[in-house]
Amino acid sequence: MSVRFGKVMALQDVSFDLERGQTLAIVGPNGAGKSTLIRVALGLIRPLRGHALIFGQYAGVDARRIGYVPQLKTFDRSFPATALELVVSGARLQWPARVTRREREAAAAALEQVGARGLLNRRLAGLSGGELQRVYLARALIRQPDLVLLDEPATGVDFLGEHDLYDLLEGYQERTNAAIVMITHDLTAARYHASHVLVLNRQAHGFGAPEEVLSEESLKEAYGHHGHQHDWLVN
Amino acid sequence: MELLEAFSLPFMQRALLGGLAIAVVAGLLGTFVVQRGLAFLGDGLAHAAFGGMALGAFAAAFFGTSGWLEQPLLIAVPFTLLASMGIAFVRDRTVLSSDVAIGVFFAVSVALGVLFISVIPPERNVIDVWHLLFGSILAVGPADLGIILTVSALVFALLLFVWPRLAYATFDEELARTDGVNTRRLEYLLFALAALVVVVSAQMIGIVLMAAYLVIPGASARLISRSLVAMSMWSVLFGVASTVAGLVISYLVDVPTGSTIILTQAALFLVAAAFRKR
Ligand SMILES: Nc1ncnc2c1ncn2[C@@H]1O[C@H](COP(=O)(O)OP(=O)(O)OP(=O)(O)O)[C@@H](O)[C@H]1O
Ligand SMILES: [Mg+2]
Repeated sequence: MSVRFGKVMALQDVSFDLERGQTLAIVGPNGAGKSTLIRVALGLIRPLRGHALIFGQYAGVDARRIGYVPQLKTFDRSFPATALELVVSGARLQWPARVTRREREAAAAALEQVGARGLLNRRLAGLSGGELQRVYLARALIRQPDLVLLDEPATGVDFLGEHDLYDLLEGYQERTNAAIVMITHDLTAARYHASHVLVLNRQAHGFGAPEEVLSEESLKEAYGHHGHQHDWLVN
Repeated sequence: MELLEAFSLPFMQRALLGGLAIAVVAGLLGTFVVQRGLAFLGDGLAHAAFGGMALGAFAAAFFGTSGWLEQPLLIAVPFTLLASMGIAFVRDRTVLSSDVAIGVFFAVSVALGVLFISVIPPERNVIDVWHLLFGSILAVGPADLGIILTVSALVFALLLFVWPRLAYATFDEELARTDGVNTRRLEYLLFALAALVVVVSAQMIGIVLMAAYLVIPGASARLISRSLVAMSMWSVLFGVASTVAGLVISYLVDVPTGSTIILTQAALFLVAAAFRKR
């Protein structure tokens, strides 16, 4: 697929397949189009050419099967809400007017999983970055997605938490055989926690097993001087 | 005793019924108006309603001999709806923020309104400009009340129906979109519903005071609520309480009802501010 914003080609002929049970790490420099790729998969952006097929359906058709943790938490900070409501919204795909007892228990369990049980009744506006990240993760997992899309999931999460995060994702994958796609700037994490790696800088500079793809050349190619924006302006 | 008698008068009953209906829907709408930072929208739509009513009165004066055109809402409703869609469109498709868009429609509508009213011969005028500006809650006739109740019921039902999605979109537009919520359509709907409520209550509440109904109860509610549902309910409650109190007080001490309602809302706002949650 290809994606264009005005004159900028954000993605050019990027193409790959991922199976259930696999974990893909997307790596690449800032502005490489990593978030854009995930946003296409969510149906938020229509590609200029090509398309994303998710479990055989066009992107955006079946939101319930995808759990998403955005890179930027863009919600309205003055909106009166608690962590509980946000997590429940992940299960309902709507904002809950009233939370049932079962939903409350499910939300508590989801927060427990991410080590954030204590945040259940906290106001969202009062949470720290790392705490918010955990709440968003609980929100993504509570709907039992078959595909988990994580845009820089380790940001703001402390070192121990980061370890737990990958354990948690691996545990979830073992139980559900879900596919996981995560964007990361941590090449070590990509090497040890992913079955596949996509090196991206507007184009795909490598896709495959971590040990093959995280080679000197493909990284140099992606992160090197070739990647300057001007080279990718559409004429 | 004296009060009970007052509320047995038909015009007081109509005022109460109409005022409560408007308070309920405006309170529900106000939650979203306040939370989306659209406080100016009520003003803009009210002034669009002024232009629409003036145009309606103009049509009634010059072509309204047959009867059905006598009702200025016939033209005012589509006019105000159109203005609200214009504001939503500018906000949606351009980089201009909503207050700029509202400001433009605001000024144009008032200019048109003044122009139309100035050319209507007084003896053929079906609207009272003073009432239109400042409201005439005690002068609401059975036909106008019917319109207000019908529109309120429709808006109320629609708002309840879309509430979970509208709330989600208000919380985070993009997150709601990832879950399949058509946030753009909801925003147009919100603007249209607000326009409908504003235009049908323009004569009763007065366009100058109408915006208060959409903003003050919602703002007060925000101060003391920890969830959007609580905010919606407080907002409705504040609107209802101020309407009843305004009617009673203005009856007892013989002051303008509209002003009394708004001042009661302001007093409730101060109380809410004193009890605010952080
Ligand atoms: N809505 C948009 N409108 C215009 N340009 C955009 C838009 N979204 C992204 N871009 C551009 O597309 C390019 C890729 O952006 P993207 O957010 O996908 O990068 P990224 O790989 O996620 O970077 P980072 O590591 O900084 O998060 C950037 O040059 C960005 O400026
Ligand atoms: Mg990004």
